[in-house]
Amino acid sequence: MPTTFQLNGKPTSFDGDPDTPLLWVLRDHLKLTGTKYGCGIAQCGACTVHLDGRNRRSCVTPVGTVAGRHVTTIEGATGKTAEAVKAAWVAIDVPQCGFCQSGQVMSAIGLLAAKPKPSDEDIDHGMAGNICRCASYVRIRQAIHDAAGMVEKTA
Amino acid sequence: MNHITTRRDFLATSGLVIGLALPAGKAAARAAGVATPKPFAPNAFVRIMPDDTVTVIIKHIEMGQGPTTGLTTIVADELDADWGQMRVAFAPANDPLYKNLSFGTMGTGGSTAMNNSWMQLRNAGAAARAMLAQAAANRWKVPVAEVKVSKGVVSHGAHHARFGELVADAALLPVPEKPTLKTPEQWTLIGTDVPRVDSLIKSNGAAQFTLDVDLPGMVTSVILHPPAFGGTVASVDDAAALAIPGVVAVKTIPQGVLVYGKDTYAALQGRKALKVQWDLSKAETRSSETMIAAYKAAAATPGVKAEVNGDAAAALAGAAKTIEATFVFPYLAHAPMEPMDAVIAPRDGGADFYCGSQFQVGDCAAVAKVLGVPFPGVTLHEQYAGGSFGRRATPDMGFAVEAASAVKALGGKTPVKHMWTRETDILGGRYRPLMVNRMRGGVDAAGKIVALDSVVAGQSFMIGTMFYNPSKGYDDAMTEGLTESSYGFPNLHVGVHALPNGVPTLWWRSVGNTHTAYAMETFLDRLLELGGQDRIAGRLALMKDERGKAVLRRVAELAGGLEAQAGRARGVAFHKSFGSYVAQIAEVSQGAGGVPRVHKVWAAADVGVAINPNIVRAQIEGGIGFGLGHALYSEITLGEGGMVEQSNFDRYRSLRIAEMPAVEVAIIKSGEKPTGIGEPGLPPAAPAVANAWRKLTGKVVDRLPFIHAENTGATA
Repeated sequence: MPTTFQLNGKPTSFDGDPDTPLLWVLRDHLKLTGTKYGCGIAQCGACTVHLDGRNRRSCVTPVGTVAGRHVTTIEGATGKTAEAVKAAWVAIDVPQCGFCQSGQVMSAIGLLAAKPKPSDEDIDHGMAGNICRCASYVRIRQAIHDAAGMVEKTA
Repeated sequence: MNHITTRRDFLATSGLVIGLALPAGKAAARAAGVATPKPFAPNAFVRIMPDDTVTVIIKHIEMGQGPTTGLTTIVADELDADWGQMRVAFAPANDPLYKNLSFGTMGTGGSTAMNNSWMQLRNAGAAARAMLAQAAANRWKVPVAEVKVSKGVVSHGAHHARFGELVADAALLPVPEKPTLKTPEQWTLIGTDVPRVDSLIKSNGAAQFTLDVDLPGMVTSVILHPPAFGGTVASVDDAAALAIPGVVAVKTIPQGVLVYGKDTYAALQGRKALKVQWDLSKAETRSSETMIAAYKAAAATPGVKAEVNGDAAAALAGAAKTIEATFVFPYLAHAPMEPMDAVIAPRDGGADFYCGSQFQVGDCAAVAKVLGVPFPGVTLHEQYAGGSFGRRATPDMGFAVEAASAVKALGGKTPVKHMWTRETDILGGRYRPLMVNRMRGGVDAAGKIVALDSVVAGQSFMIGTMFYNPSKGYDDAMTEGLTESSYGFPNLHVGVHALPNGVPTLWWRSVGNTHTAYAMETFLDRLLELGGQDRIAGRLALMKDERGKAVLRRVAELAGGLEAQAGRARGVAFHKSFGSYVAQIAEVSQGAGGVPRVHKVWAAADVGVAINPNIVRAQIEGGIGFGLGHALYSEITLGEGGMVEQSNFDRYRSLRIAEMPAVEVAIIKSGEKPTGIGEPGLPPAAPAVANAWRKLTGKVVDRLPFIHAENTGATA
């Protein structure tokens, strides 16, 4: 029986092994390649998506477990907070190689949804699961603070 | 053949356009459906279209260090284009047009992208500008000297024309061989924080990497390599793997066993189900500890002379006080965020090769050789690369050979995405080599440093490749940073032992400087203390190089000296690499687990003309993070039997955001030719932290990483 779920606001179904990690369903079957593979064991966060609005590592999430739920990927990340995060990322040139940044952006959106005015410690905690091998962390931190400010201004 | 000057080739390479990021195939198809006007192509690097867009052909890989932005900036400035009209496209594999002038072949490394392209792209932009100005002068019948060009508009009095309106005329004019270049005062973009061309598409998921390439009929292959380096496949039981739905085939190639899947998950499941017998009779089976013992024994003897000045042995014998240390540096994996991957679509007489290739011509030639097709038949579709740190450039083109072998083994008809998993990557060798450095030094009765003796023992990854210069008699990538040092030791001996080892190794961001800077700067710190000298003034006194002195003085000023608040300590380090000068001051306190917590790093850098200061700062931030993360937490170890003991980020620890210090950067204003900054930010970071840590705790860390039990006293 196919697994059906909401993907970026639209009903979606996957007719395959329900143990297939959501990551590979998104990338190989639904052709949404913004979500990246980096480790496969929930260590790097490159595959971060939102499941019912909360950060989730899609590489260790069997697609069967998202049946009936809402999945948001970087391609579907919209709304005030998401737009602020992306704008903040671009404004100070956060990305270097860029491969981890979809996951960083998704984690940052998730963090701000829970903590609209995060402290440095909140950022340390909220972004701990996302590795950037280019070490763009100084700018990630700054961009999260900047995005929080943007959201507050438009509130 | 293989030139970019034809329309077809231009279109084929124009897929990566700022803000559009269309897959190459889609862009070409769309363009082919309409009558596309011919671009004005005055040289190999500039394409101006009637629609007013200016495309810069990028001969370097974009793996994060920003050359797409930097190279485009150089052209845009000399051309007097408007930044908004600039586009980028990656170059095809063509050495006559696009070789790295420092290498003789296409490639990116050694922080050379800006340095080797500087005059080439200034001339390219200036020539195009001169031709547009001449075309306008001819049209308006005015002297060309009176024609102005600014922000993409050519003008004279009441006459105005955008570039696009002039390209047809300009294309008919002779290309000036020596166009007039701007003076530095005339630059409008060079030296400014031009925004990166790839920030938007790398922040919204639109940037296409090799892993994202999807072709009709494509299968995905993963590989299982032998569990020890030099091992081979003895036999394969593939029954269970082939029984998994979606597994297409299992094939054995010299590199290992390939599993092909209709999708990635099928291939991964198939690989898990493989049963392979390995022949390890010729494998490297020594453990890291065994190698370290052998290297230490070698380092106790002088080795091949790399640099000798005066008589270090005699000076040490006559010194008032001497110290010595033996440094051990572990194997390190590059672990770029995007593991190695390539997509190859074979066709009659050639193939389409999608890859974030760092040796574009070498990789294409390797693909051609394996597939048995002529080199011009292989079309490179260069992709954004998810990091490299040196990993994507291997002198033997090993990954391209493996990816092409995966295509060939399947019959040579099917497009294959060959991808490494993180485990394949971390277990896959090509590490920064394990190195030992034995240092001895002394001071006279007045505290002046009289001699340094350094003997490096390790592995050479250069000997036997096109990058090795045999006339030197030794591999200077093992000693760079010790040799040709900015410090003037009255007596110096640098010796080197290149020892046989079966673990494949490779350059790793900043190459030999990854270990030489650490040994030099932490040992020098101790020598200065032994002689009762100030850590900054003592370095300045020993420094021969004025540009080196300037960055040291600047960083001291930026940080406000080496005094720290209670509970913290500061350390300083300087290192010149790849022609760039960087000094850093780090402030640390006692962190968890017996390792330092690094609060802040101040850096001063002289990179010649800083084409884009914001990218220079970003690279210094990233270099500090990369250097620090590995020095504190990372090592690849081989256990008994030669098996690598780490396979993913769970045990190969990467720096995380909470561990990243604040970074403040000062860039020295310079009129010198640009050097590079992809690597030079890294070498001083770890020794600056180690020097701060010794100041705080009195502990020396001669064996990296800091978390090694030898330093923390932890028991396994």
